[in-house]
Amino acid sequence: MKTIKRSIGTVALVATMILTVSCKDANKNEAPSSASNEVIQENMDSSKNMAMNNSQNAMAEAILKDYFNLKDALVGDDNDKAKMLGGTLAKSLGNLDKSTYSESQQKELTDIIEDATEHAEHISESDIKHQREHFKILSKDITDMVAITGTATKLYEQFCPMYDGGTAWLSTKKEVRNPYYGSSMLKCGKVQREIN
Amino acid sequence: MKIVKIIAWVALIAFVIIQFFPTDKNESYTIPETDFMMVNKVPSKIENQLKVSCYDCHSNNTAYRWYSKVQPVAWFLENHIKEGKSELNFNDWDNYSDRRKKSKLRSIIKQIESGEMPMDSYTLVHRDAVLDSVAMNEIISYMDELK
Repeated sequence: MKTIKRSIGTVALVATMILTVSCKDANKNEAPSSASNEVIQENMDSSKNMAMNNSQNAMAEAILKDYFNLKDALVGDDNDKAKMLGGTLAKSLGNLDKSTYSESQQKELTDIIEDATEHAEHISESDIKHQREHFKILSKDITDMVAITGTATKLYEQFCPMYDGGTAWLSTKKEVRNPYYGSSMLKCGKVQREIN
Repeated sequence: MKIVKIIAWVALIAFVIIQFFPTDKNESYTIPETDFMMVNKVPSKIENQLKVSCYDCHSNNTAYRWYSKVQPVAWFLENHIKEGKSELNFNDWDNYSDRRKKSKLRSIIKQIESGEMPMDSYTLVHRDAVLDSVAMNEIISYMDELK
């Protein structure tokens, strides 16, 4: 009996040690996610000759698509879906190819993407109140991105004067569906500008 | 009864062993030119309050207390500081683009307004880090100006 107890004790001790050591390792292994983005970036560079403008617009369009999906999740008050789509958007933001733009545009795009990625990442791990706070700045970033990259889609910039002292967002539809209030004030807002 | 004794021993031994696991200390004795206080003309009252309430986790230098050397507290702190700095590092302020500075200022205001920062687990021990409503308003209106 004594030996059994003792061996249980040893196992517990070993388990504690392994756990603590592996926690340490996990912390160290967090970094490489940006490395995988670089790989994708490189792949895109190599295929640039084939269809440069197409692939470039395609990436900007993909970002927009992910943004609109995220917006719809917020319109639907769906916290979990918005978390998932925030993660998707953060990834697609990293894939934007800036190489054909002028130097000042590239710098601006870099700043936009960096900021937008941070907001998208926060959206992927926040409650819905925070998601909406971040979505406000994200919308500004995406609007500024579109001003540089352009888009084939007709967009509507909509504006809700009530949320946080007045807040805008983009939509592909003219009808207002408010992502900041969702069902509690679904139609609050107006179209303030048409893009394209 | 014996089993309790064994568990106590195991816990004690484990506690002793984990003391030997090293942690990365967040310490730096120089203040870079990119520091928030170097870039902005911060009123001294606000500067002091930010240093007391925020800099332990949002800069490259933490004023450690004695218990920070004891595991597993040291791990807990290490993770918090790492996370805090990746969100916002006042020492790196000028390395952020204008766009990001604005974003950070907004987040600082939101976090302080809602009372999420400084964190409860921090102010529990660091009573001087607690922001009363006056200090809160001062910081918020200052950050608002910078925006």
